[in-house]
Amino acid sequence: MTAASHSSKAGAALAEGGWEVPSPCRVLGIETSCDETAAAVVVDGRDVLSSVVSSQTDLHSRFGGVVPEVASRAHVELLTPVVAEALVEAGVDGSNVGAVAATSGPGLIGSLLVGLSAAKALALVWDVPFVAVNHLEAHLYGAFLEDPALELPLVVMLVSGGHTMLVAMEGHGRYRLLGQTIDDAAGEAFDKVARFLGLDYPGGPAIDALAVEGDPKAADFPRSMLAEGYDFSFSGLKTAVITHVRKHPDQAVADVAASFQEAVVDVLVAKARRAARDVGARGLCLAGGVAANSRLRERALDACIEDGLQAFVPNPAMCTDNAAMVAAAGWWRLRADGPSSLGTGADPNLRLPLLG
Amino acid sequence: MIVLGIETATVQVGCAVGGVEGVLAEFHAARGRRHAETLVPAIQFVCQEASIELREVSAVAVDIGPGLFTGLRVGIATAKALAQALRVPMIGLSSLDLLAFAVRYTGRTVVAAIDARRGEVYAATYRPVPGGLQRVSDYQLWKPRDLVLELVALGTECLVVGDGVLRHRALFDGDSRITVGTVGYAYPSASALVELAHPRAIREEFVQPSELTPLYLRQADAEMAWRKRREGMGAPAGWTGSVGGRRNGGDGDGGVAVAEGGG
Ligand SMILES: [Zn+2]
Repeated sequence: MTAASHSSKAGAALAEGGWEVPSPCRVLGIETSCDETAAAVVVDGRDVLSSVVSSQTDLHSRFGGVVPEVASRAHVELLTPVVAEALVEAGVDGSNVGAVAATSGPGLIGSLLVGLSAAKALALVWDVPFVAVNHLEAHLYGAFLEDPALELPLVVMLVSGGHTMLVAMEGHGRYRLLGQTIDDAAGEAFDKVARFLGLDYPGGPAIDALAVEGDPKAADFPRSMLAEGYDFSFSGLKTAVITHVRKHPDQAVADVAASFQEAVVDVLVAKARRAARDVGARGLCLAGGVAANSRLRERALDACIEDGLQAFVPNPAMCTDNAAMVAAAGWWRLRADGPSSLGTGADPNLRLPLLG
Repeated sequence: MIVLGIETATVQVGCAVGGVEGVLAEFHAARGRRHAETLVPAIQFVCQEASIELREVSAVAVDIGPGLFTGLRVGIATAKALAQALRVPMIGLSSLDLLAFAVRYTGRTVVAAIDARRGEVYAATYRPVPGGLQRVSDYQLWKPRDLVLELVALGTECLVVGDGVLRHRALFDGDSRITVGTVGYAYPSASALVELAHPRAIREEFVQPSELTPLYLRQADAEMAWRKRREGMGAPAGWTGSVGGRRNGGDGDGGVAVAEGGG
């Protein structure tokens, strides 16, 4: 009843040419893992023909965070028009889409299911391969979209509201996890501190904007685990900010925001640099929503110049969740593993396929 | 006119294809893998068994609820994308109408009740009319105990069907005028969906994929909490939300006919 199952290969590395994919292959990508409803058409994993993102930020802002049930409902409403727009903008229809890729995890289960279900239905009607994509892998591939000449090995720093990880990318689909957060994700720290400071949701852009007017040296916040390994910890920093503000209620919020941001960026950049040096990487790549932070981008670029590393800092729209990165990762996965089963389910806790 | 029907409002997942000759193939599973894993392969399966190419489908019908949120969304997202890719219109029908349709010749008042979890049920009331049933209430969220009181107050023989009544069976068994439908009538069926949608498709009573929305009848928890905070008070006691035609709307535009061939 089901198509041949390849889902068991989800943990396998991407080997080149495992599956014959005719070129050009226009992949429709769909992303609904959190609060962005997105669809995009990308040719051969590189050329973006369209990338439509409908953000639900306004729907969630009054709750101060993403509400899963609200997100799921919005995806059902938004996905059809978003897909239609992506197809029209790309000038393609069912007759010349070569594959449909969708995020199958990690993410919010109810949200994931909307995009995954739609993608399987589209692939069924168009009689083209369906590809289940790992959201984390998609973030790594966001960089390839802007710079196909990316040289490996690379160190990728994936920093978002849900993840903070340092990954050595040795080849396509070949990842080694170097370190990750032991408590809060970097984006989570931004959100929590922003909420405490009375700033708008989402917290990352709010702190970024305010920090420009502040003094990053105004408050001396801890740089947790700066010298130890590649793991991160941000919950102590969050507590330090709260304690500091209670002690100095008159200090300008911009100064606190700038000092907090500087502490996060110091740790992120220092660990990424050290990781790149230790694994002999040729470049450093930023991915994830926090990679849209202007201070982090600036400091990462400076570090790359100093260390003679190639810098891959995708534009902010490619850092935050989008479907172009899903379509790109889908194309690479299709070449390596072939189509995914139409019986594939969503996995809210899907992990990055790592090398032993 | 071939109609593809998708039904995922309860723990059961189902699909069927049919047309003027009736239902050609159907699939149901009430236990096993999750809806999202089962549904698309099942659609492939029923089309194969009925020797139907997907491109022969001229309308996609889907159960819009009320029912289990996640299940509904899997069915509706799948149905919308199928319709979008096939460039065909859609027909949305309520899970409660489908339950009632299955027992349309009973000659009694029918109440369809779907398990809404949290000790509540979604329900609607139907009365016999020539050729079938007509809905005479809104689709509503009920405390089972209140629903029983309402039925007793009706003072007529009635048949209650659906997994909502089976879950709270003891409450409904007390009155001799209330008959509880067996487990065979517990879930809305995809074949009822196709049978009921086909005449509508002939009459071109369609919606476009972008217009079709689920019938939730219950807000997201965060939404409820937020509104309560904002309004400084809860909703009126006993009210948990309702949509649809007028209550007791016997005048033709309040009720919805679930007679065969439409009304
Ligand atoms: Zn993401």
